[in-house]
Amino acid sequence: MVRGFGWAAAFPDEVWEHVFSFLAADADRNAVALVCRAWHRIERRSRRRVFVGNCYAVAPAAAVRRFPEVRAAAIKGKPHFADFNLVPTDWGGGAEAWVEAMAEGWPHLEELRLKRMVVSDDCLELIARSFKNFGVLSLVSCDGFSTAGLAAFAANCRNLRELDLHENEVEDNCLNWISHFPDSFTSLVSLNIACLEGDVNTSVLECLISRCPNLRTLRLNHAMPLEKLVSLLQRAPQLVDLGTSKFSADHHPELFFKLESTFAGFKHLKSLSGIWEAGPAYLPAIYSVCESLTSLNLCYATIQSPELLKLVSRCKNLQRLWVMDLIEDNGLIAVAASCKLLQELRVFPSDPYGVAPPISLTEHGLVAISAGCLMLHSVLYFCRQMTNAALLTIANNRPNLTCFRLCIIEPHTPDYISQEPLDAGFSAIVESCKDLRRLSLSGLLTDRVFKSIGASANRLEMLSVAFAGDSDAGLHYILSGCKNLRKLEIRDCPFGDKALLDNASKLETMRSLWMSSCSVTLGACRQLALKMPRLNVEVIDERRGRPLESWPDDFPVEKLYIYRTVAGPRSDTPPCVWTV
Amino acid sequence: MSPPLEHDYIGLSELHSPAAAVVGGGGAEDGALNLKDTELRLGLPGSDSSDRKDKVALTLGLLPKIFVSGAKRGFSDTIDGAGKWGLAAGGGGSEVEAGKGGALFSPRGERGGGGHGNAGNDAVGKAVGHEPKDTGQVGDSAGNDRGVAPAAKAQVVGWPPIRSYRKNTMATNPSKNKEDANGKQGLGCLYVKVSMDGAPYLRKVDLKTYSNYKEFSLALEKMFSGFTIGQCGSHGIPGRDGLSESRLMDFLSGSEYVLTYEDRDGDWMLVGDVPWEMFTDSCRRLRIMKGSDAIGLAPRAMEKCRNRN
Repeated sequence: MVRGFGWAAAFPDEVWEHVFSFLAADADRNAVALVCRAWHRIERRSRRRVFVGNCYAVAPAAAVRRFPEVRAAAIKGKPHFADFNLVPTDWGGGAEAWVEAMAEGWPHLEELRLKRMVVSDDCLELIARSFKNFGVLSLVSCDGFSTAGLAAFAANCRNLRELDLHENEVEDNCLNWISHFPDSFTSLVSLNIACLEGDVNTSVLECLISRCPNLRTLRLNHAMPLEKLVSLLQRAPQLVDLGTSKFSADHHPELFFKLESTFAGFKHLKSLSGIWEAGPAYLPAIYSVCESLTSLNLCYATIQSPELLKLVSRCKNLQRLWVMDLIEDNGLIAVAASCKLLQELRVFPSDPYGVAPPISLTEHGLVAISAGCLMLHSVLYFCRQMTNAALLTIANNRPNLTCFRLCIIEPHTPDYISQEPLDAGFSAIVESCKDLRRLSLSGLLTDRVFKSIGASANRLEMLSVAFAGDSDAGLHYILSGCKNLRKLEIRDCPFGDKALLDNASKLETMRSLWMSSCSVTLGACRQLALKMPRLNVEVIDERRGRPLESWPDDFPVEKLYIYRTVAGPRSDTPPCVWTV
Repeated sequence: MSPPLEHDYIGLSELHSPAAAVVGGGGAEDGALNLKDTELRLGLPGSDSSDRKDKVALTLGLLPKIFVSGAKRGFSDTIDGAGKWGLAAGGGGSEVEAGKGGALFSPRGERGGGGHGNAGNDAVGKAVGHEPKDTGQVGDSAGNDRGVAPAAKAQVVGWPPIRSYRKNTMATNPSKNKEDANGKQGLGCLYVKVSMDGAPYLRKVDLKTYSNYKEFSLALEKMFSGFTIGQCGSHGIPGRDGLSESRLMDFLSGSEYVLTYEDRDGDWMLVGDVPWEMFTDSCRRLRIMKGSDAIGLAPRAMEKCRNRN
């Protein structure tokens, strides 16, 4: 009998699999899975990549069961604000449950990427032992492991291609972990150990590099002295992505020449980072590669403006620039003139607590960039002053912005010329930049800006708000608008119960909501939890010892994390977290 | 000039709530003590209403005359120096508190514009001088998430939004190019590694969260008690009796372990010799080593240590 979708059976499964293989986006594959049972079956059997944005949104066993042929998995744990110490260290996000389930159900797993999770040494060893074809491990902003765990991983992972350790907290207890890679190990393509603090044995590393001809990415840590760096790099002229170690030493002309000729030998280098502690003496050694660089990360390099200017203005093909505010407005004006292909700019504060004399980096730098760099779409900018006029100009110049994160360092800072709130400026941004996906607000803001955001920011997926708004209306505008909102994180805003409860169903369409130091009461959380069984409403409070049940409804909630889940309340909550 | 406050050698005299400690804030300009400054309040010390901002601008201009930077100083100056550290940096208003610890804003966001208006005062070594230190070490807990601090010490954790990884990295790898005197402290935390002979892994501590050796040793003891108790075995029940009251220094002096640190020049010194600020300034990392290993340390340092204990 031919039902509505009987044509699905007209082709063998393999044909549909092949068709589906052209669908890269998870959203598209999810849509396909809803068409009919046959497609659901075919799709789930052929899905090779899985992304779990919240490790508690689904039970590991369930994910593994649904997609039995996964080869690459990416999982995220703690909420974003954990980066800023707002989440207790024992909140959760442990990787064991996932690694164990994956070891059971995905023996052919090749790639694993974890972000903001707690990974133990045992986990690392389990990963190395469980997956025969394991090739890529990426740990970003994770903690809980040590170099001893890395040693166990290195020893057992035969076919590793990539080891990417990015900004993790790693205990240093095994000096020579790199030597645990067996002598027969030659498959390395990418190694990023920039976050490790301990010394790495240079000769062992040199051996490793020499026997891995496919090495393309090498990011070293701070500890290696410059002379050793030079001899190391001479063994890898094929590098495409390099993160150097310390870039300063007592000035020796021979060392400089060696460094310079080493860099001149890099014919394929596209990406450069590291450059810790760069002194002006050695910086010119890099000049020869500048023209070919597409990505330059100087966010830890405390180079002053004149040297920065000289360096960056040679990088005509730069697409991504991460730099400290030491570049100053002049430097950014030079970037705007030289780096016409720039797509992403991040400017970090060298002195966020204002101890040193203030840097001359203002709104002018960003305006210049927005005018000169036509392909700019992603901005992260720390500064101390801003005006509505500048934001308007930026919005008009760059309607193609997809990510705009502005951090005016002092909370509640108004437009410094008009003393008005920055509502008009940010409103202009959301109204002009129709494809804006990520936005972070700062400065003095009233409910008006939220009205604009709710109404105009139709593609917005992530919004970060701090020290803003006047009343619940602000939150209501966001939750009742912003059709595509996935993640909302709020701190220190006068947002309370009413907006939350009125928009309860919105929360199930989002990945998560974080609210800290706002005006939400426990009673509202209880109501919300009752109303929305598929949300986990987690109240985080590190102060009191008494259990949640004994607190009254009007008890003010310090930190609140709400996320949708099909796995029910989690079983690993620490003492300071209550699932309401 | 009023007599400086008495302080014991290692610990600074306890200074109460930072809000109250803004003494004589507007003194130089008003010509009289502004009582408002001594009022106990949430918020940054000096962070009263925004009309103070212009006063701040005035006072900061006075700073260079009062604080001579860079000169060698005797011990009493070291104490005064605590004030200098925060105040002499010039620049934006809230740098003092900020220097220690991240922005200390009350949740209502009272603007922390007013640094320390009392630069005009001669009383350098007094309350004000120390007050940044206290606020700092509480306020700062860049890495310390312990929720609400007691009473008057309102603090803002995690602002500006800089990843703690970045903060730690900038703190432990200070630039030599920066113009300000204390580049590493600009980030509001000072993480150093603490290793203990025989312990399976290292720990890290933020020196900025302590204001004197007492607190520091208590914290270290908590951190390493698991190991030391196992080692000495003199107290049957791990952790709680006896040991919880005593300080690591006392405990160490009674055992085979000594607390040492590596200073800027790469020399290993015994902890406790120098004033606290000097110690935090120069300490690069710590090691709890067996007494027998510590014999090679400078005899004078050893003697001082023995005298102290």
